[in-house]
Amino acid sequence: MINTVYQLIAPKVISVKFEELKPDAGQVLVRPTHLAICHADQRYYRGLRDKQTLEKKLPMALIHEAVGTVIRDPKGVFSKGDQVILIPNIPGDGPQCVEENYQRGSRFRSSGTDGFLQEYIQLPHDRLVEANNIDPEVGAISEFISIAVHASKRFERKAVTSKDVIGVWGDGNLGYVVSFVLKRRYPQSKIVVIGQNTAKLQYFSFADETYLDYEFPADYAVDHAFECTGGEGCQAAINSIIAHINPEGLIMLLGVSENKVPIFTRDVLEKGLTMIGSSRSSREDFERVAQLLKQPNMQRRFKTIVSEVLNVRSIQDIAHAFERDINNPFKTVMRWK
Amino acid sequence: MIFGAVLAGGVGSRMKLADMPKQFLPLGSKPIILQTLDKFLANDRFDAVYVAINGDWLLYFEDLLQKYGVQDDRLRVVSGGNDRNESIMNVIADLNKTFGDNEDDVIITHDAVRPFVTARIINENIDGVLQYGMCDTVIPATDTIVCSPDGEYISSVPLRSELYQGQTPQSFNVRQLRDLYQSLTAEQKAQLTDACKIFTLAGKRVRLIEGEVYNIKITTVSDYKIAQAILGGKISD
Repeated sequence: MINTVYQLIAPKVISVKFEELKPDAGQVLVRPTHLAICHADQRYYRGLRDKQTLEKKLPMALIHEAVGTVIRDPKGVFSKGDQVILIPNIPGDGPQCVEENYQRGSRFRSSGTDGFLQEYIQLPHDRLVEANNIDPEVGAISEFISIAVHASKRFERKAVTSKDVIGVWGDGNLGYVVSFVLKRRYPQSKIVVIGQNTAKLQYFSFADETYLDYEFPADYAVDHAFECTGGEGCQAAINSIIAHINPEGLIMLLGVSENKVPIFTRDVLEKGLTMIGSSRSSREDFERVAQLLKQPNMQRRFKTIVSEVLNVRSIQDIAHAFERDINNPFKTVMRWK
Repeated sequence: MIFGAVLAGGVGSRMKLADMPKQFLPLGSKPIILQTLDKFLANDRFDAVYVAINGDWLLYFEDLLQKYGVQDDRLRVVSGGNDRNESIMNVIADLNKTFGDNEDDVIITHDAVRPFVTARIINENIDGVLQYGMCDTVIPATDTIVCSPDGEYISSVPLRSELYQGQTPQSFNVRQLRDLYQSLTAEQKAQLTDACKIFTLAGKRVRLIEGEVYNIKITTVSDYKIAQAILGGKISD
């Protein structure tokens, strides 16, 4: 079948590429139906990545957060019409003790290889997770939620000291899902969120405490911390964490920064802190998200951060969605026509 | 019920590429008509998808279906007529016989040689025909069109902003299309270049559906080369 792929060829310029999808017994034909915009997509779209990166990675179809409908599965593992979450990782070649999202040679859609902004897509069975009965507007942000589930799993494996107070720095999308996943996993722990925007912090109704960063008490101590700011704000956030965290605490770094970030290593050493990078997620995390979202209350919870759902039926609509997304407080979902 | 109809009744007299009809020329890994058919079979809103094939090529087409492993219970093949509208009527005759004559039945008809049709266009045709009873896929005209009945002098230059280029799919309520067509005289039928004209002649309103510039009809050698070029494959004459 001749497939239409919507590629970013230069900042803010999207063009159509055609490619043939050849029948493959090991692949499932899927029609993406709902796609969510990530900050990473937005950085490509607006040309905020450095010139060398743009030259290397474009042209490329954006979007790595999506649900779709199964059109055809030669093996019959999925039924026609099944709703599925699309996994954007393309695993590398091991070793198996390393999770798929960290393996050498692994690739990621909309980061060097075409993303899900396509008419149809063929994926191997293990890159799909059944998601029937999940509101597709929420299912579209499954990949985003899986990042929090993944970070929480890594945190569980490494955090050895008490978890009485866990701080989350960042009041955006990522801060929201991370603090919610943590509250659900550690209901006895106090989850405190530190942000910069009063209106955004009001969304964090499940958090035990929220603070604007400049009002965060100097003597407030957390046992562990999650950095969910990224960008230019992450330097201040990481150094704030180092100042507020208890000895032998664990700092989970989740925000993406394009620049090198100076941090106060003297205190990192003195407190014996551990810093762990956490990026993306693996199939196991997607499966946990699908289970989570099967619960109607969980769908309601996460729907709160779907700021806007837009019908998209043309290149102009894609551009419009990216422009709208800049001003949306949380996630923008494209209902793909 | 919702029916698809891929129309390939023609014999490709305008193309001298090969002796066979143009819809059977390869594009990518398979003949053009199978690329087009794939787009229709990928849409699960269709209760049945018809292919109308020139009678001389029916067996050849059935061989192609087998060779390329096209298997779908919804697929039905009928013999095409002398022209496009007769092919549609052959499809309607078969679907009436097989599925009955239902007031709400709609049919989405499409040229076999427009393989770049998208899921969006097909879905908007289905939505459009269900809501409005008939619709036609078009794109705004980009060239100025001049009118010259005698072929020598311009009689008028219509306002470009009101002009569109017709593509396919064209979609209709099955019963209305059949009844209107059958009410036409042989002379009127001979003048029809387009199924939508059946409705406009009867004073019916036909809803426009936005097509795509790249939803091209592969009619000439140039079209065929363009199609191969935009699919990124090797270009053969």
